[in-house]
Amino acid sequence: MTALLEFRDTTITYRTARGPVPAVRGVDLTLEAGETLGVAGESGSGKSTLAMAVLRLLPRTASVTGQILLDGNDVATMSWGALRAVRWAQTSIVFQGAMHALNPVRRIADQIAEPMLLHGTARNGSVDKRVRQLLAQVGLPGRRAQAYPHELSGGQRQRVMIAMALACDPSLVIADEPTTALDVMVQAQVLDLLTALVQDRSIGLIMISHDLSVLAGTCARLAVMYAGRIVEHGPSREVIDGAAHPYTAALAGAFPTIGDPVSRFAPRGLPGDPPDPAALPTGCPFHPRCPDATGECADTDVRRRPVDQRHDAACVHIGAPS
Amino acid sequence: MTLLRADNVSVHYPIRGGRVPAVDGVDLDLDAGEILALVGESGCGKTTLARTLLGLQRPNHGEVRFENRPLPTATRALREYRRHVQLILQDPTGALNPRHTVYEAVAEGLRIHRTPGDESALVAEALAQAGLRPADRFMPLLPTELSGGQRQRVVIAGALALKPRILIADEPVASLDASVRGEILALLLTLRDDLGLAAIVVTHDLGLAWNIADRVAVMYLGRIVELGLAEDVLTKPRHPYTKALLSVADTRGERVVLTGETPDPTRIPAGCRFHPRCPALANGVPPAVADRCRTQDLPLLHGRAAGVACHLMSPEIPLPVNRAGEPSIH
Repeated sequence: MTALLEFRDTTITYRTARGPVPAVRGVDLTLEAGETLGVAGESGSGKSTLAMAVLRLLPRTASVTGQILLDGNDVATMSWGALRAVRWAQTSIVFQGAMHALNPVRRIADQIAEPMLLHGTARNGSVDKRVRQLLAQVGLPGRRAQAYPHELSGGQRQRVMIAMALACDPSLVIADEPTTALDVMVQAQVLDLLTALVQDRSIGLIMISHDLSVLAGTCARLAVMYAGRIVEHGPSREVIDGAAHPYTAALAGAFPTIGDPVSRFAPRGLPGDPPDPAALPTGCPFHPRCPDATGECADTDVRRRPVDQRHDAACVHIGAPS
Repeated sequence: MTLLRADNVSVHYPIRGGRVPAVDGVDLDLDAGEILALVGESGCGKTTLARTLLGLQRPNHGEVRFENRPLPTATRALREYRRHVQLILQDPTGALNPRHTVYEAVAEGLRIHRTPGDESALVAEALAQAGLRPADRFMPLLPTELSGGQRQRVVIAGALALKPRILIADEPVASLDASVRGEILALLLTLRDDLGLAAIVVTHDLGLAWNIADRVAVMYLGRIVELGLAEDVLTKPRHPYTKALLSVADTRGERVVLTGETPDPTRIPAGCRFHPRCPALANGVPPAVADRCRTQDLPLLHGRAAGVACHLMSPEIPLPVNRAGEPSIH
């Protein structure tokens, strides 16, 4: 069976005035139909670049090597027509910041209807009904269909974005920081909604966030990115509770467990800053900030190694290479 | 000793056809060297309260007292007060002028307040206190040459240069990368320990409160609904709203996701202002209590003492008791 989405040694480099900047460096990742995968990482780790590449939404300055396969078809070699057919209908993206992703001068019903009309998945007569149905599914009253984006709250706008993403019954939804600008309670509502819809229709979901706790509650699997690489990958709970990579451990520690005496008056962070992708450190890119770094870390560029059957991490201190 | 005190403070914003009570009766004390987390959703009035404490917004009712004296109203005296109470905002990139060097950014406050002494020595000291060492290396840099965490340190250095007594930080780490967050929070703790700085941290992040706060005040629609030591409020919450906030902050337990949008201060419900979204009320309480929830406003919490503004927690109400002998409310 072909995977829903597969990255094969995907490398994405931006051409800039300062020379080539590698944003994604050799990512291998597979998503089966109906699976949920969280991609965690900080700004500059390459997580959004990876997401944009799936639908070829990167700027012209980006060059992609390796393969990105959607249902077995390479996105890079797809014709424009084929790509258009895939966008929205097969794979859709919920962008971060619904404030800016919606057209401020069009009613939300028209915006939700647009992909359906373009792809012919609904006829003119049935579009209204379908829009109302979608709004109901994301928990918005049908009368809001005639509202403009500015008349909605942040949470409602993000629901509209989710409704749009689901409009053409895609098999894959990519959500890029879908709840970043939202309040905690609204964030919980939106995450619950997204999880329920994805489960109901057995849609594949890739959720991108810098917040491990958001991903832990929503996704079965987790991939942690640092400096353009996946440095740890496995079942969510195992990755968070039994982090094998020191970077993952630090990320997990950054958001404390309330009630845990260890973190009381002891916020944990990492010294230093995420690396500049244009000037990556030698060896393991994390070694300058790593609390466990040893001599070999500065010159061994380590790839992922198995921690156990379904869990791997890129750290020289893990077992022997397989 | 109480350093800063909000005494029954209300702030109303005028709108067409009425007014919005953004802060609607808040009593709150801050001790010297204490870190207080002010927690709540957007629209709960936490930022308005912070602005009022800074003297940027005059309260319609009540007063703010600093060292037991009401805030001055004259411009010059107010400026002197603001030297003692410094604000740190969420987004350091927006707070810094992109064309000003680190040195200029930190020296700006000193110049505005005409601080006597050697300017460059004061700037160097503030940078070092904010963890930007060696200070000389950072002084000529522009914000674009700094990382997000370093920019926030520059903003903090700008505040420290004025030797304030209190920092008011509005979501100080919300725009920073996760791995940098802990370092900035650790800095706030260090400043408290080394300089005796008190702080009010406005945030929606309960993990942050657990990391650094001595006390927590939970705000809902312009009122403080629960107040107490961080250990008590965060591990033994009593208000149904605090319980719900905590349940969504922790992914492990069962989550109580409140329905409805963030509360709208133009339409404050009668009775307990939380009652339309209250999961405890929805799960069923004795009719007499439910009646009070819907019709009877709650008394204000007193600024220092721990307390909870909830009819279900009033001692005179007999409640069903579970096996552990605690009132069974979820």
